[in-house]
Amino acid sequence: MSGTSRITRRDFIKVTTGAVGGAITAALGIPAVGYLIDPALQENKAGKPVSIGKIADIPVGTPTPFSFTVTKVNGWERTASSFGGFILRKSEDPKDIVILSSRCTHLSCRVNWSEEAQAFLCPCHDAKFSKTGEVLDGPPPEPLGHFEYEVAENGTITIIPVEMKSKEG
Amino acid sequence: MWQKTYAWLDERLGLGDLYKNLLDRPEPHGNWWNTLGSASLFLFIIQVVTGIFLTVYYTPSPDHAYDSIQYIMNEVAFGWLIRGIHHWAASLMVLVVFVHMLRVFYTASYKYPRELTWLVGIGLLLLTIGMGFTGYLLPWHQMAYWATTVGTQIAGSVPFAGEFILQALRGGPDLSALTLQRFFSAHIWMLPALLALLVGVHLYLIIKHGESHFPDKED
Ligand code: HEM
Ligand code: FES
Repeated sequence: MSGTSRITRRDFIKVTTGAVGGAITAALGIPAVGYLIDPALQENKAGKPVSIGKIADIPVGTPTPFSFTVTKVNGWERTASSFGGFILRKSEDPKDIVILSSRCTHLSCRVNWSEEAQAFLCPCHDAKFSKTGEVLDGPPPEPLGHFEYEVAENGTITIIPVEMKSKEG
Repeated sequence: MWQKTYAWLDERLGLGDLYKNLLDRPEPHGNWWNTLGSASLFLFIIQVVTGIFLTVYYTPSPDHAYDSIQYIMNEVAFGWLIRGIHHWAASLMVLVVFVHMLRVFYTASYKYPRELTWLVGIGLLLLTIGMGFTGYLLPWHQMAYWATTVGTQIAGSVPFAGEFILQALRGGPDLSALTLQRFFSAHIWMLPALLALLVGVHLYLIIKHGESHFPDKED
């Protein structure tokens, strides 16, 4: 701390100890923290589009079932989850479709389309959903979920395999 | 401010005395061979720290052990570093502990009043080897599997009790999920706990008796 530009031995020791200590802390700390938080930094690989069929094969007006599996890799483990749903062409217009999830919004059983009832029926607690997914009867709190989709020039339908909530009504 | 805090703490914790007794104790004239005990202790601490980190991802199950280690090596940031240190320091620790024992033998430091330090030291050597043996199985690759098959087989050749020892080590007649799980338990809980306990006793004895000085021509 003297007024000259020369630093004292004590200050020199202090600065070098601090610098070396800091370097060691960083050399140990960065790998340690990086190692622990690594999974949080990985991008979420779910959500790559999946193709579920050709628009030409889907009859207009009748919900047509489809299913696909998505394999998710979590570290050293792969989990294949199967998703399923229904494609409904509301009119001849190839863009006028809805893609509903078959997962019941009550407790996640799989609903089935019934031609007879003209409704989706849930086998678990007798829920009933309309052709476009609205709740008609039973305990479910909200309409069936849907998937975001795209119809390519050649008629291939691809969806983003993440179930979206449908707005009420 | 800092001095006041220190004085307050020192009065209650006896930090000054601690320092004097633990770190400022008299040492015989410097000799590099006398640093091997501290080197063993340092390696033990390294193993504890890196080992705890490895358990964040390692899975002791036959279907996932190998994959989880591949994941640590190839995917996790710095995983190769942490596992590499644990791997190499493990071998080094066995070596250093062993050479430490040789030096204690060579300088005849095991004599009165340090017989117990020596005996506890033998426990430390055996536990260190046990850590190596149990740790070696954990990757669950071919080498690990067969090394443990052979190792437990050797333990099984003990007269009379052999068959029982073999089954107790393997958790059954064959190497299985049970073997992997009990080796894991021994490797991360039982042996380190015993090792830490014995290190404590060892260090207590060393501080109590002080370091033996190097024998000279008169001894
Ligand atoms: C995990 C393993 C071990 C650790 C962490 C350890 C640690 C230490 C340390 C820090 C010292 C004092 C410094 C030195 O003399 O090098 C020491 C001394 C000693 N160790 Fe060990 N040791 C271990 C294994 C052993 C083994 C295997 C033996 C013998 C069977 C042994 C016998 C002794 C003896 C008799 C002394 C006193 C030496 C003297 O006073 O000159 N130790 N140990
Ligand atoms: S799960 Fe569908 S009605 Fe309960």
